[in-house]
This record gives sequence, structure tokens and C-alpha cells, in this order.
Amino acid sequence: MADQSRNNTQKEAVLVDGARIPFLRSGTGYKKMMAYDLGRMAIEGLIGRSSINGQDIDRIIMGCVIQDVNTSNVARESALGAGLPNSIPAHTVTQACISSNQAVSSAVDLIRTGQARIVLAGGTETMSDIPIRFRRKFRQKLLDARKYKSISDWLSFFKGLRPSDLLPEIPAIAEFSTGETMGESCDRMAAHFGISRKAQDEYALRSHQLAAKATHEGFLDEELLAAAIPPGFETIEHDNGFREDTSMDKLEKLSPAFIKPHGTITAGNSSFLTDGASASLIVEKNKAKEIGLQPKAYLRSYTYVAQDPEEELLLGPAYATPKVLDAMGLTLSDIDVFEFHEAFAGQILTVLKALNSDTFAKEKLNRSQKVGDIPMDKFNCWGGSLSLGHPFGATGTRLVTTAANRLHHEDGTLALVAACAAGGQGHAMILERYDG
Amino acid sequence: MSYLSTQLEDNILIVTLDQAGEKVNKLNEELIAEFQDLLQNTDPASIDGIVLISGKKQNFIAGADVEMLKNKQAPEEIEELSQRGNELLLELEHFDKPIVAAIHGSCLGGGLEVAMACHYRVASDHDKTVMGQPEVQLGLLPGGGGTQRLPRLIGIQNALTYLLTGKNIYPHKAHKLGLVDELTHKDAILKAAKTAVLKLNNEKFERKDKRSLLHQLMEGLSPLRKIIYSQARKRAQSNTKGNYPAPPLIIDCVEEGYENGMRAGLDLESRNFGRLAATPESEAMVNLFFAMQGAKKNPDKDKAAEVRKIGVLGAGLMGAGIANVSADNGQYRVLLKDQNAQQANEGKKHIWQDLDQKKDKHIISSFERDRTTSLITATGSYDGFQNVDIVIEAVFEDLDLKQSILRETEKILPDDGIFASNTSSLPIHKIAEVAQRPEQVLGMHYFSPVPKMPLLEIITTDQTADWVTATAREVGIQQGKNVIVVNDGPGFYTTRILAPFMNEALMLLEEGIAIETLDKHMKNFGFPVGPAALFDEVGIDVAAHITKVLSDLFSQRGFSPSDKPTKLFEEGYKGKKNKKGFYNYEQEGSKTKKKEPNKDIYQYFGGPNRSSMDAKTVQQRMALTMVNEAAWCLQDDILRNPTDGDLGAVLGLGFPPFLGGPFRYIDRQGAGKIVDQLETYQKGLGPRFKPADILKDYASSGKTFHNE
Repeated sequence: MADQSRNNTQKEAVLVDGARIPFLRSGTGYKKMMAYDLGRMAIEGLIGRSSINGQDIDRIIMGCVIQDVNTSNVARESALGAGLPNSIPAHTVTQACISSNQAVSSAVDLIRTGQARIVLAGGTETMSDIPIRFRRKFRQKLLDARKYKSISDWLSFFKGLRPSDLLPEIPAIAEFSTGETMGESCDRMAAHFGISRKAQDEYALRSHQLAAKATHEGFLDEELLAAAIPPGFETIEHDNGFREDTSMDKLEKLSPAFIKPHGTITAGNSSFLTDGASASLIVEKNKAKEIGLQPKAYLRSYTYVAQDPEEELLLGPAYATPKVLDAMGLTLSDIDVFEFHEAFAGQILTVLKALNSDTFAKEKLNRSQKVGDIPMDKFNCWGGSLSLGHPFGATGTRLVTTAANRLHHEDGTLALVAACAAGGQGHAMILERYDG
Repeated sequence: MSYLSTQLEDNILIVTLDQAGEKVNKLNEELIAEFQDLLQNTDPASIDGIVLISGKKQNFIAGADVEMLKNKQAPEEIEELSQRGNELLLELEHFDKPIVAAIHGSCLGGGLEVAMACHYRVASDHDKTVMGQPEVQLGLLPGGGGTQRLPRLIGIQNALTYLLTGKNIYPHKAHKLGLVDELTHKDAILKAAKTAVLKLNNEKFERKDKRSLLHQLMEGLSPLRKIIYSQARKRAQSNTKGNYPAPPLIIDCVEEGYENGMRAGLDLESRNFGRLAATPESEAMVNLFFAMQGAKKNPDKDKAAEVRKIGVLGAGLMGAGIANVSADNGQYRVLLKDQNAQQANEGKKHIWQDLDQKKDKHIISSFERDRTTSLITATGSYDGFQNVDIVIEAVFEDLDLKQSILRETEKILPDDGIFASNTSSLPIHKIAEVAQRPEQVLGMHYFSPVPKMPLLEIITTDQTADWVTATAREVGIQQGKNVIVVNDGPGFYTTRILAPFMNEALMLLEEGIAIETLDKHMKNFGFPVGPAALFDEVGIDVAAHITKVLSDLFSQRGFSPSDKPTKLFEEGYKGKKNKKGFYNYEQEGSKTKKKEPNKDIYQYFGGPNRSSMDAKTVQQRMALTMVNEAAWCLQDDILRNPTDGDLGAVLGLGFPPFLGGPFRYIDRQGAGKIVDQLETYQKGLGPRFKPADILKDYASSGKTFHNE
């Protein structure tokens, strides 16, 4: 794979701005909101502060994983609800936890192929109002009932229906193909790679502490949009998921959440259910110059990978990272800023270990030696999904935005964004700081 | 024929109304004549029926041609016109084959009267479809059978409500009331109307009585109907204080027609229509109608710059109101900035509440509420102001503050960004003193509550560029406002003419009048609120400020205004906002309710013993001060024309609409008489009644301010 951004085309995609409403634990501040509401708040806030007028946007792409049937193309409804002109085509993409990475990379493609010059890419997710369905048997009855005409038809409605058929069915975060939950799978994977419970708890603690620090020192202000929820319009300006009062003592006391009693994954070292939305403006470089915008970063090569969802469900970044580095002729040491999605502490540590393993490199990557050791002082320095939260469809835009902001803040040149996703998939993208 | 065109479809005559060269169909003499011709030359035996439909996109018939009424002076001429219309509609009603109206878009006034004379009405359920008899708002009555057919279709009580208020009837309501027989989508109305023709031919059509049981009972018995009429008269009297002649005559027509038959009702209707059209009240209201239409047009539209994003500074009641109309009516993207996001969101909350109420009333959907709310971004920073086309500041009335805000925003705004100050009294050229680009500074004076008050007073300085004025005017029009443009000066126009009026109220209080008496007299004169209540609404602190701003100007004319506002303010009186003013206030839920007058305040006005004063004198003194000051404004070049002066006083300050505004009032009374009255008061009460020179000129030359 070649460096797509340099060799194939003259058109370069740049990130002009990215932002998100605060990510909140599910069932808290955004409890009464639909994903559509969160999406439109993120779009409204970003457009409000942007020099780009809504009328000038060519395309809108939003990620979303758990769809509300009332707003199945939530990108379109969010865009209309945010007051953007109805003449802008909008579509929703879904690729589990990398849905909004897909939105961003699709935007890049649209720009490189000349189909669009300004794209709004983002994502939205609520876990506070997931669709709970009736069981299949009862659903079938209800659908059949639409054709009923006589009273005797209605009598047959109850025939063969048991009370238990009326119980609702709550969707689990489980793989359809394997039936295994993500936590179970990750727990097995961490055990396989020999990641200790202690290492996981320490990593989780680090994430929460860094998120707290970044929040207090205002590093995240640039990516945060104040949200206000009707009818009271109390203003929410910060994430509420990170726990700055957590400690090893507290983390160690938690019991395993998935594999009992020997598992290592607990509620404390996993990402939690989160509501939130994000949005970014991705623009063709010359267009950005033309209207006097100051971009943050070039969006360079990106890749998607896929593996066995049973054995390597969340190992995607270990495959995607070398692939995207190779494409640009880079090595890990060229990268100044790392932003990785943290599904579980165990998952991140497994990925880091795999990247730093010659065996893994030989067996799985077909490389003579390991990809390398990622220095932790460049890694997820402003917290991550474990502490900031992980609204499935919105995380990718957060990663890209944070990476770009960190490049400027930490005076780096290149950033690497990577993320895993259900289904055994993964993604990575390289950003390069834009200067003048 | 140029108005009507006909086509035979399935043996049904489709008559299309399409007034040549006009955007809307109006009921005029041409239409009446053509229609009469058509009916006389159509043999009912040869066709199955007639469908009436409009060739215009968004109106059936938007109303009678008001110009036509203006051109007829004598009551007899207008009465005759009404009779001809009524004859035609009777012919239509008695046509031997069914006639069906297919209604989409506005169907108002004369348009609704035509539709009501048809045998059946199909209407589109589109949000542009609206019915009503708004004649009362022009001091008239529906002169084409509206007072007869509306009660017969929807009942006396329902009909009186709409005839006396003139308010709109939307499709679903119209269907529920029985005003239209069938609703469908706009592209199916012709088909539905044709089907209705066949239905009416084939079976006996009996319209269902949709009145409530109570209404049916009340309206079914003659003695109970008498009660309805007398109650309606009482209500009309208390609402209008007897200043508006139309409502009682409307009730007369309804009663006459209902008790003595359609023919008698129509005769009285035509007579009363002629009578009303010749009244000065109706003349004033018709002129006001034209002036308001004029204030919704931008003569310099081609000079206006494109505006996509508006910045509003200050999210208080005013700022939120401006943001509201900018988004809701203007469809602009708005940044609503205050000290911090939380305070800015307080403003956004009020907008949302306003929109949510509309949602509850089914005026908008919850999605439309969301969309409009999302056009407004509440913020605590200047992020995003770099591409704001116009900033409207609505911060506290303080020159230094406004200047520092101007300095701050000019740095961030694009080079062609406009800075508008929403102030009721601070001189715009003073604010502009600190500007880098003073040609892009002007005043936009809104009235509270912004979503409800129709006036916007734009203030330009000597330096304000034409394109800047044109742009601001366009923004105001898009926000749904009637815009007047005036020149800068202390208090501009509206505040300046309000000041001596309010001053006179204080003088009268000092002379011993009771608060409630003063307010009652002025309400009887035709103001919507009395001056004491207005003090509380506007805020005594604001009044004190205004007094200061205008004191130089008034002292040049030899008088100093009352120092009472300042004194009261220093004693902690601010009016409604701190529940301490000329009245007592109580909190009821989220609303502050006005109670009885605050007797404590009399200590500043000569003690608790109040004396009575002649109503006429009180009204004259109050009105004269305002009218005289309006003339001063025209003389001092604050006003560019008398029409703006009339609009500003009526729409901004509640000057009685039936008087048409200060300049109409002067014309009606005669400048000579006004000067005489002023000079009489000047002798007795001092130089504050000194008539403006321009009034004396007009008095001596016999000129009028309006010439038509």
C-alpha cells in the first residue's frame, strides 16, 4: 500500500476543526436525549464557532452504532435538526466502534476524488435509550395482526403465546458470529498475552488521572462544546466519566465482570456506557486557503484491517499500525502523538505488547521483527475512552481531533490514531500537523 | 376575460381565478363584473356544476382590494359596491347546479365571502392555507355577506369571535368549525371539488351541525340569542372603550340577519359597510395598513449585503428576543453571547420555551422547534464571530460598556462586519466615536418583548454607509419587523416622543391625580396601557436614564423635565422588575402579576389625598405632548417623513391605531387647532407646551402632513 495522500492525487484533505459535546455516562445528563439530539448539538456547536457557513458544506457523514428506528439515517436528521440546509446529502455509517473513523476517512476519500470540498464528519450515540424489542415470537404476532380482519383472527393472536414471550429483549454487546461478549473475549485475549490484573488496573488509573489533569488544565477546552439540555438548559461543559478519586486500592477491590472468578477485566478497567456526539470539518486544502481557514492537520494515509472475531476480536490496532506506517515509509519513532481507542485496559496492553513482540511480528504480521515499543509519554496523554468515555459512533472523531490538537500543543509533527472494533476489525490513520 | 378563465372538464365548468399581473388575487370590481357575466351566460342545464379554483400558487383570493375602497370616498359609493357584491354572491348561491370552492392558500376577507357563498368548500391542509374575516382590523366589516354566512355556517358565537377579532382560521380548525366541508392535500383539491359536484348532484347534502351542544341550545332560542348579542356588545365596548365603530355594527348585522332574514341582514351589512368605510377611524386604520406594508419592503434591497450569521451580545430578555426572531423568522444562524455559556443558555432557554409553547399549540412540530433552537448557539466566547455579518449588541444601557464592546468586537468581525447597537436612548454617534469603521455602526432599537412587538427603529448617524442601513433594514424585515429608519439624536424618535408624554404623567400625578384614574383615562383614550403601568413595564431606572439623556434638549426649549424618575430610582423603585413601582406586584408561578396601585409612592407626589381631574383635559395634555414632540422630530430632521412617525408611535408606543398616529391625528384635528390648544396650555403650564415651529407653519399655511 502506498501513501495515498501524496502519490495518487493533488487534492489533500485537512482537518479544519473538530469538536464534541461533553461525553457523559449513560443515564446521566443526556438521559432524555435521542442520538439525533446529541448529533445536532455537536453539529450546531461546531458550525456556530466555525468560519464555514452551513450553506457551503457539500456532504455530511456521521457514525452511529445502535440505531434508533425512528431516525435510521441519524446523520440526515441531525443535520436537518441542526438547521443545516436541506440540500446537503447526509448518510450514516456504521462499523462498530470505528464508525466515525469511517466517517472521517470517507470524507477524506470524497475530497481526494474531487466529489466534495467541505465535508462534515462526526458521530453520535446514546446508550441511555437503546432499542429494547419484544421477543421474536411476539413481534411476529404483532406484525401478522396488521392483516387481521375478524374477531376470530384476533382470538388466534393469543394461541401459542406464552407469558414469557412478552418479556422484552435487551440487546447485549455480544458478537453475533461467536455469541461471546466483548468483555469475555478481551479477558481471554489478555490472559493469552499474559497481561496481569495489576497492569490493567494501573493502566486504568493512568487514564483516569490523565483525563482529570487534561480537564483541569483546560487541554480539552478546544475540543469541547458546551451542551445545554431542555427544558432547564443547565450547561454541561465537561465530561463526567473520569474518576479522579480512584486509586489502586479501589480498583483492586473490584471483582471480575465477565469471567468469574479468574478473569482480570473489571468495571474499573473497562470503558463504560457513554452518551455523546462529535463533529469535524474536513476540507480540501486549497479550498481552506481560499476561504482563509487555518487548518489543524493534514489527514494522511489510513487503513482498515480485519481478523478472526473469535481469537483476535480487539487486536485490530496491532495489525493496522504497521500497515499504515509502512504505507508512508515511517517507523514508530517518527510518531510524536499516539491516540488509541481504549476499549479495555487489557485490550490496550495486549495491543502494545503485540506491537512490541518479535514473535507476533513473525507469526501474524509476516515481518522479521517487532513493530516497536510505543513510548508512554506520547500515548493517550489527555486520557482515553476508559476515562473520557466511549459513545461508540462518536469516538473516532474525538481521537482525530485530540490527536490534531495535541500535535500543536506538544509541538509534534506526526500523529497516529488507531482503534479496534467489534467484528474483529481495526483502523489506523496518520495525521501531519498543518503549519501556515 | 382577463381575471377568469374557464374550461369544461367532465361536464364540470372549472373557473380559474387569476388576476393578471398580480401576485395575489384580490376581490375587485373587475372580478365582480366578470363573474356576473359568467353566471348569466352559463346555462345551468348544460353542465353538472362549477368548481372555483385559483391560478395563483399560494392564495385563493387574498381579500378585497383595499385600494379600491380608498378610491371611493362617499359612503353611498361603497354601499353600492357592497350591494353589487352581495347580488353576485346571491346569484352564485342560487345557481341551479352545485358550485364548489377549491381553496388553497390565503382565503381572507372578500375571498372567504366568495367561498362561503359556494355550496361546498374543499380546502388544502397546507400551512399556507388560511381563512378569516380581518375587516375589523381595518375598521370595517365584511361587506360581502360575511356577517350573514359565517354565523350560518359555524354558529353565532363562533362567528362573532372571528368577526370581532379578525383572527385567522387554519384548515383543521376551519374543518372542525364546519367552515370547510372537506380537507385534502393541495394537489388533490381540484379532484376533490369535482367529486363533490357529482356528490351534490346525486344525493341530498346535509351539512352536519358542528356547534357544541351548549352553542346549539343558546343559539336555538330567541331570548338566549338576545343574551348572546348583548354580552357581545358589552365585551366589545369594554375592549374598545367605544373608540372603534366597527364591532357594534358587526353585531348589529349578525343580529339583523339572524332574526329578520338574510336579505335584511345583507341590506344592513351594505349600509353599515358604507358608513364604516367613511369613518375617520377606518381611514386611519387603512392608511396604517398601507404604511405597515410599506415598512416591510426594502427600497434599497439591492444595496444590502448578504447576511448569513448574526451575533447577538447579551442574552437577557432583549438579546434572547432578538436571537429568537433572527432564527425563527429570519432563518439566520445566530451566536448568542453572554459572559459565559451558562448565562447565554439562560437566553436560549427562553427561546426554547417560546417555541415549545408554539409546539404545544400545534403551530410548529417538535422537529421545527429543535431546528430553530439549533440555529442559535449559546456561547461565552467570541469563537465564531470571525464570519459574523452583523453584530447586534443588547447589553446594559451604559455608554462606556457599549463602547468597550464595540472596540472588542471590531477586532474580531470581518472587515465588512456591521455593528448595531440596541439602545433606547444612547446616541449612536457617541458609541461610534471609538469605532475604527464608524460607517459600519448604527442603531437597531427593538421593543420588548421582541417576538411580539412589530416595530424596529433603525438609527443612522451622519457617517453610517447606505449599504449598512440597507443591510440592517433587510435583517429587520426578515426578522418580521416593520422597520422605520430615523436619524440620530437624543432619544431618536420613539424614546424622544415618549419622554414628554411620561413627563406629563408625572406632572399630573404631582397635581394630585390618582394612579388608577390617570391610567384609566389614557386607556379610554385608546392606549393599550396607562402611563403609570408603562413606567413600571419600561422600568423606572430606564425612565431616569432617559430623562438624563433628554434633559439638555428640553432645557434648550426652556423647561426641565421632572426629576421624579431619578428620585424614585434612588429610593429603590425600579418598577415591575423589582416589584416596586406605581403598582404592587405579586409573583404567580413564573409570572409577575400587576395588582392595585402602590399608595406608598404618593409620598413623592404630594401625599395620599388624591383629587379628581377632568378626563378630557388629562387626555389632551398627554396626547398633545407626544404629538407636539413628534412634530419637533420632523422639524429637527430626526424623522425622514410623517409616515414613519405615525408607524413608530402606533407600533412602538401604542398610540391609538384608530387615530392613525401623531401626524394623522394632527391632520384630522387641523394643525391650527393643535397649535391653539398647545398655546393655551403653554400659557397656563409653561414652555413644555410650546408648539413646534413646523406646526405653526402648517397651521398658517393650512397644509397637512399627509396628502392623498
